[in-house]
Formats: sequence, C-alpha cells, structure tokens
Amino acid sequence: MIMQQKNIAIIGGGPAGIEAAASLAGLGHHVWLIEKESELGGHLRLMYNLFPDKRPADEVLQEMLSHVKNQNIEILTNTQVADCKQIDNRFALKTDSGQTLDADAVLMATGYRLFDAARKEEYGYGIYPGVINSFELEAMLKNNALKNVKGEVPRRVILLHCIGSRDEKVGNHYCSKVCCVTAVKQAIEIKRRHPETEVFCFYMDIRMFGPYYEELYREAQEKWKVTFVRGKISEAAANLDGEIQIKAEDTLIGKPLHMRTDLLVLMCGMEADTDEPVARALGIERGANRFFRSADNYTRYNSTNLPGVFTAGACTAPMNIIDTIANARAAAISIHEYLGGRN
Amino acid sequence: MSEQCVAKQNLWAKYQKDIADDHYYYCRSCIRQTFFPASERAYLNIMRDKLGKDLFDDPNHTTCTGIAYHSDLVPLQTTETVVARHFALMTEAGYENMAISCVTSFGLYTELLHTWEEYPEEEARVRQYLWDATRREFKKPKNIAHTSDTIYKFRNEIAAQMTRPLVNVKTGEPLKVVDHIGCHYAKMFPTKGVGGAEFPRVLTGMVEAWGGAPIDYPERRHCCGFGFRNYLVMANRGYSVANSKKKFESMAPYKPDFIVANCPGCAMFLDRWQYTIQQMEGTTYGADGQGIPSLTYEEMAGLVLGYDPWELGLQMHQVPVEPLLDKMGIQYTPRDKWTGKKH
Repeated sequence: MIMQQKNIAIIGGGPAGIEAAASLAGLGHHVWLIEKESELGGHLRLMYNLFPDKRPADEVLQEMLSHVKNQNIEILTNTQVADCKQIDNRFALKTDSGQTLDADAVLMATGYRLFDAARKEEYGYGIYPGVINSFELEAMLKNNALKNVKGEVPRRVILLHCIGSRDEKVGNHYCSKVCCVTAVKQAIEIKRRHPETEVFCFYMDIRMFGPYYEELYREAQEKWKVTFVRGKISEAAANLDGEIQIKAEDTLIGKPLHMRTDLLVLMCGMEADTDEPVARALGIERGANRFFRSADNYTRYNSTNLPGVFTAGACTAPMNIIDTIANARAAAISIHEYLGGRN
Repeated sequence: MSEQCVAKQNLWAKYQKDIADDHYYYCRSCIRQTFFPASERAYLNIMRDKLGKDLFDDPNHTTCTGIAYHSDLVPLQTTETVVARHFALMTEAGYENMAISCVTSFGLYTELLHTWEEYPEEEARVRQYLWDATRREFKKPKNIAHTSDTIYKFRNEIAAQMTRPLVNVKTGEPLKVVDHIGCHYAKMFPTKGVGGAEFPRVLTGMVEAWGGAPIDYPERRHCCGFGFRNYLVMANRGYSVANSKKKFESMAPYKPDFIVANCPGCAMFLDRWQYTIQQMEGTTYGADGQGIPSLTYEEMAGLVLGYDPWELGLQMHQVPVEPLLDKMGIQYTPRDKWTGKKH
C-alpha cells in the first residue's frame, strides 16, 4: 500500500530538526523545516569538534545538511511560528511572515538554551573579561584564537564544571550530561595546541556516560596531563593584570585553594527553551525540569500529551549530538506510525 | 558604556530593594557608638538637618544581642525576644520603618523576620515570651533598611548639597575608594542589600554620586576578619588579622585613597589591624609608608557635606586621616584634633 503524502511541521532546524526532516522525507512525507535563525544547524554550528572522536563539527553538520536537500523538504529560515491552532486532527501554523501551514503532525525540535552564566554572580561572568563560557571557548578554538585578555596564549586555563546544572540555587536539579565530556574534549584540544598551557578541570563528579568517554577522560589525564580537582570554585575576581583569582576547596585533600588563571571557563549547562508560541498555543506539557514531558519515558519517549504533537532532541532533556540524531530518527518513525495509523 | 558596566548594571537592577523615604525608628549600634560615636550623631544630623527626615532615636533601645548570639553566648529565644521588644518599642512609638545602624543587627532582624515567616509557630512562641516578660506586643516593621541604604537612597540629594567632592584637588582626579560591605548586610539575604551580595552597590553608588572612583580588587568580597569569635576569643585573633591582611595585600596595588565600610566592625578592624600589622611586621599599605584611612560611610558623607573632620570624630581612627583631608582640600586645625575645642 502506498501511503498518501502527509505534511509535517518541524519547529527548530538544529540537529534534531534536520535529522527528523531527512528521515521523514525519506519515508515519503512532506516537511516544513522551520528555523528562526538565518541558517540551519542550531548550536552545532557553534562547535569546533565533537566528542568522543574529535570529528570536526562542521563536517558532521554538512553531512547532515546534505540529507535535507530533498524536494520533500521545504526549509523556512528566518521564520518563527507566531500561532498554532489544532482543528480536529490537523494543525494550522501561522508564521511571522503571514504564511499558513496546514500540517498533519507537529514535531517540536526546539533544542535548548545555554544557561546564562551571569546568574552565577560569584564568578563575575560578563564583568571580568577573563571569565568566559564554554561556547565562547569553543568559538576561540574554532577561530584559532585562544587568547587571554592581553591577547597572549594563556599560561593557565581553568574549566569549571556544573554551571547551572545540579544546582538548587538556580532551580536546576538535573545534570546537563554533556558538560563533563565537553570540558575533557576542550582541555585536550587546548593541550594539543599549546602543550605549555596548564589546564585544570574543577568538578563535583565526573560523569562519563557515553561510549569512549571514559577513555577520553583517561587520555586527558595520562597523555595530556590535564589536572582534575574535585571541588567547586566559590568565587572569582580579576586582578590588575586581568588574571582571574579563584578560591576553591580541593575536597579530596580537604584543603582550600587559591589560584590565578588567565581564563576561567564556565561549563554552562542546558536549560529548557520550551516556553515558546507553539507549545503555549497547543498546551504541550512540560516536566518539573521545564523540558517537554514525554508521554512515557520508556515506550513513547517522542510522544507528548497531545496526539499528533511529537518531540525530538534536547527539548526533552539535555542530550549530546549522537543521542539527538538517534532520538530524531525515533521521532520520525513515531510520526510515520501515527500518520500511517490514521490511514 | 563598556560591556562590563552594562553587566554590572544588569546585576544591580536585580537587587533594588524598597527603602522607606521618611519616618524611621532608628536602631543604634553597640559597636558603632563605641568605636565611632560621632558617626551616629552625623547620621542623625544629615538625615534630619540636611535631608529633612524624621527619625526617632529611642533611649530605650538596647543591644540586639547579635554579637553574643553569633558567639553562642545567648540562646536564640533570648535574642528573638530582645528583637521582639525592639519591634514593640517601634510600634509603641508609632513607627513602621526601621533604620538600623549596625550590619550585625540588620542581618539579625532580617534573619529573624525570615525565620518567623518560615515558622509562624516560632513567632507565636516569641510573642508569648515577650508578653510574659514585658506585657508588650508588637507589629513587624513594614520596611527594614540599613542606615547605609538610606544614605544611598538620598545620595543625589546629598550630592546637590556637596561642598567637597571625592576628588584629589591637586590632580583633579577622582579619589580611588575601596568599599567594604559587612558580611551580614547581603551575604545571608542577597535581595535585602542594594546591589546584591557579589557586587554590592550601596557604597559604590555613594562614591560615584560624590565624584569618587570605586575600586574592584580580587579580595573585595572577603570578610574583614571580625567574625565575632575570631576577634572575641583571643586565641583566634591571628585569624582575624590574617583576613584583613589578605584584603590589604589585595587592595594595595590599586593605590586606594581610602577605605569606606558600612559595617561598624569592618570600619574598626580595617583601621586597627593596619596598626597591628605595622607593629608586627613593619608593613604599611598606603602611599609613602602610611596606612590607608578607613572611614564609616557617615564620615564620608559628612566630609563631602563640609562637616569639620574633628566634629565627625575622625580622630578616633588609628590610621591618620590627614593625608586624605589634604587630598580633598579640607582645611583643618591640627591641634583641634585632640583638644575637642575650636581654635
């Protein structure tokens, strides 16, 4: 039986949206891939390389983008959905450019928002130029511009884990999962380029959840001599030279630490970016962590409280690129089954 | 405006507390009236005569027991009952707004009001204790301000009456000012302090309004070392000095013209410990082998308003203030410093 072509609106053109669009188009559906920015790619566009294999992020993105060059996929960049109405089993999406899209299903692939490091006031992010976030370090690596505030190669870099994650004070109890291994990846990259630079990671726990992550962590210690200190930094401030002075406790030896560093990198976690027009208009349920709630965490992960509305990727929970791609494909199959079921 | 300034302003915008604009029940500070008695007189004078405000200076007001409470010498219930009596005195006097001279008291009143909000049964117990002991009842204050909050609130009105800005008359440059905020002002309850706990605004707002330039140095947020037991228990005093020393060493490279504190204990220790360190080690931290003058904010306000330095009680400081007076172009008669007479 040949299934009648259905229309699916995908909100968000990051890795989840791109992968789901390619899968759905491959299954014979018509897709609107709606992205508010001028280019597809989401946060992946900002990354230099990806753990655990250190494959260039742009190479991965280009490969994924090659799959959406498909006549069944209509890419709408610089576009936001202003309103959405459900009429029976269909969804009428109105874009900010005035276009109305009549969809059989909606896939939320809105990704995440990087935690605003300025909320951790004790680190002076935004106030001291030597305090940067993990994406700013990634941009330095991508642009081959790893420099301290004086424009020199940093003599020391400190990466501080768990900024905005597992932190009751900012209302985020969850682990953002990817920050530990991102710090390890970035620490290795700094040492690879500048072996003379000292690199420290300050952590609460090291959570290496994926395949070959633990090996990467070992490599950082054994091959690249990255120093891992179990302890959270309590305070950071700049001195006259623009260096950052930090205070911490090394909880393994039970001693307070004072150090200076050229760069303090705050490994920012992921926050839900789910308070957006489609979710509000349709009433998609969110969990206690403010990410979209799955209909069932085991068997219907990509389904929501609303038939015909699905989720994929980091809008459901912090997620790495590998899991996002797998999750987006799972979402595509769920949508295909849902539409096939209606036939 | 630089990005750093914008970041600080964004931060301060989050911590703009409500400060009553008139009719205050004034709570004196045990240690301010002992260390710097003229500061409290100057405060009352500025508020009443320069700003036209109504304050009730109640002779029945006593210690809040704060220092004894934090030193584990007085049980919590006793402290609560004493504070409840202060609220009763305020209620009987027909006032609703408190202006509290001591940072320890300010922190304690704030802490107890918060405790009673969280545990109403505790408030009921304390009301009974107060009734049993004194037959008094009380209303909780509508507004609680530290007295530095009120000067901050009226800093522009004071600037309009200013006769001696915080400017070096010889160079025309703004005086460089280290501000020090008592730990119990905002570190326990950041929303109760102007500007929050990490980058407090209450004193830098005054300094800037009156022509000076605040210094942000690495140990700015560090405790002065008073710490109650640190000082009160003789065996711990070395720890108290060590904390102040850490701050002096950190601020010295910025060549501050003076230190200003909103906590009477901090103003005292940042002054006296300079003498102690000079005697112990021969180290001084100001220019030309001098110390760094350490003022209360009432004294700073009095100086810019043209008060006589000896009327302000500046002779009570261990570190001589004359170099600062010379920089500000303030005329003074040296022999009046100790005679208490006008010559």
